[in-house]
Amino acid sequence: MPRSRAHRTRIILLVVAMLAVVAWAASAGTAGIPTSLALRIVISRIPLVGRALARSLALLTARLPGSLSDSWDPSMLESAEIIVLEVRLPRIVLGLLVGAGLAATGASFQGLFRNPLADPYIIGASSGAALGASIGILSAGRAGLAALSLSSPSSYIPIFAFIGAVITVIFVYALSTVDGHMPTDTFLLAGVVVGSFVWAVVSFLMVTAGEDLPKVVMWLMGSLSAKSWAHVRMTAPYVLVGTAALTALGRDFNLAACGEESARYMGLDVERFKKVVIALGSLITAAAVSSSGLIGFVGLVVPHIARMMIGPDHRSLIPVSALGGAVFMVAADTLARVIIPPREVPVGVITAMAGAPFFFYLLRLRKKG
Amino acid sequence: MRVEVCDVRFGYGASGPEVLHGVSLTAEPGTLHGVIGPNGSGKSTLLRVIGGVANPASGCVLLGGQDIGSLSPRKAAQLVAAVGASEAVIFPFSVEETVLMGRSPHLRFLASETFLDVAKAHEAMERTGVAPLAGRRITALSSGERQRVLIARALAQEPRVLLLDEPTAHLDVNFQVEIMELVQALAHESGITTIAVLHDLNLAGRYCDRITMLGSGQVAACGSPGEVLTEEHLLDVYGVRAIVGRRPELDRPAVFVISGSPRHGKPDEHRGGGVSSGVDDIE
Repeated sequence: MPRSRAHRTRIILLVVAMLAVVAWAASAGTAGIPTSLALRIVISRIPLVGRALARSLALLTARLPGSLSDSWDPSMLESAEIIVLEVRLPRIVLGLLVGAGLAATGASFQGLFRNPLADPYIIGASSGAALGASIGILSAGRAGLAALSLSSPSSYIPIFAFIGAVITVIFVYALSTVDGHMPTDTFLLAGVVVGSFVWAVVSFLMVTAGEDLPKVVMWLMGSLSAKSWAHVRMTAPYVLVGTAALTALGRDFNLAACGEESARYMGLDVERFKKVVIALGSLITAAAVSSSGLIGFVGLVVPHIARMMIGPDHRSLIPVSALGGAVFMVAADTLARVIIPPREVPVGVITAMAGAPFFFYLLRLRKKG
Repeated sequence: MRVEVCDVRFGYGASGPEVLHGVSLTAEPGTLHGVIGPNGSGKSTLLRVIGGVANPASGCVLLGGQDIGSLSPRKAAQLVAAVGASEAVIFPFSVEETVLMGRSPHLRFLASETFLDVAKAHEAMERTGVAPLAGRRITALSSGERQRVLIARALAQEPRVLLLDEPTAHLDVNFQVEIMELVQALAHESGITTIAVLHDLNLAGRYCDRITMLGSGQVAACGSPGEVLTEEHLLDVYGVRAIVGRRPELDRPAVFVISGSPRHGKPDEHRGGGVSSGVDDIE
């Protein structure tokens, strides 16, 4: 639990940052919807208090000069509502979920493996998802699953990716378990080895992909573009339940971070703990990756920033990482939308371009400190 | 709480070689029991078996008559605490946070530490003299300070049995003496059954109430320091020729290693337990 006042202030600032980023993301874009209107539409959908809040916001902004919302005719209002509620909002919510899930998993894996370089992809979930998605994209194109691919082009690929990720992690786990024990070093090595094997298969598939190649490449780069509430519904349970469960295990993470044997002497059933964390982390990662592709650096950088903000206690580190990941993800995605309009940059490119130098800066900072 | 080790056999992995070939010992409450033996004789393994971290292939470990194998990790941790051979600390927890972790086996799932837990952690820190370091990062401490923090964490567990694996490794003489005096006082005053693996024969001879000497996975000798630390035992088990004298200040054995025995060869490895107590460990 955050003990000091400084920690509490930082968490409040993070929540404020999240609200600000969501507001920015809801109003930024090429459709020319004014900020006040976009916010009103979003706020009106908050359960219970939403209507009243939106009305009071409308009264407030109506007095301001330059407010366009009242001069809009009903049909324009309706299309604005559709853009905000069906295009932008699902994308924002998915961004919050994916960012939160990846960062919480990253913080958990760094603690479990006692390795500051661990991230959600280290145990093979990413390569497995990539393989699943490639197979999905290619088989749809090749076998002429036209009905399937035309009706909902992005609805079945997540399922392929999810299955690919889960199977790969199970394979890595089985490979590194001997006599019911799973040494974490062996597990990490197995994850890397299986990962590179699976990546080779993905590359092979890409060579044979032909005209579907751009689709595969775009998927691999990771993007939150063109996401619907269906994606949100698929991802939300894993991320919300998983992150809550990881947070609940916070004290056990602290023990595990002291070393396996020390943790065992302090009463932690280490083998069971490892299984639970790997299962939770891979499900979260699989859900995040399958709906949005491979988005790097969120799961690696954000936990480090969170650790600098509030210290290494996992009971607050994991939820704060989740919060920070959500902010980082939506900010990066909004930047990806507005940086070279009307084109969109894959958000994975933004997170890597922003994340890598920032991580380097943090490392330098820490060396000097 | 009495610790009884009954004819324990243990090997790493199903097919691995057996490391302990039927080891038995009894450690009484309120005593400091030393375990010594050359590298590879199974001392650390024995400690892990006693702590319930490694399960013996046969034989058992009884804590006050209760088989440790039948206890859950949490229940076992309420009885036994351990200070391991230093595991690397990579996350910058504060000293206070580290010591508070010792309260974990007494806390329910999702429960936070209460004021009582904080008070117990502070008591443990007072006891080992690390209270002034409470706010410091554990990653920024010296080896001697860190060792005392880890002992404080073990004490915060309120154990009946305390296991120490080479608590003086990598420490300079002054810290070696400080740690051993602390450990001896804990055993005698708090009534904690303390079992310590030691590589320094003179420290073992000076502070332990009883000593078990292991040689290649078997008990080579057991008894008071004077009975165990003899010239014959050192030759048989360690393969070194030594002169065993008396300490000038108290009736305890003092070991002076003369040379490696020709029939064992490679004497250098074992000289750390010799005359220059501690000096060899300065790096």
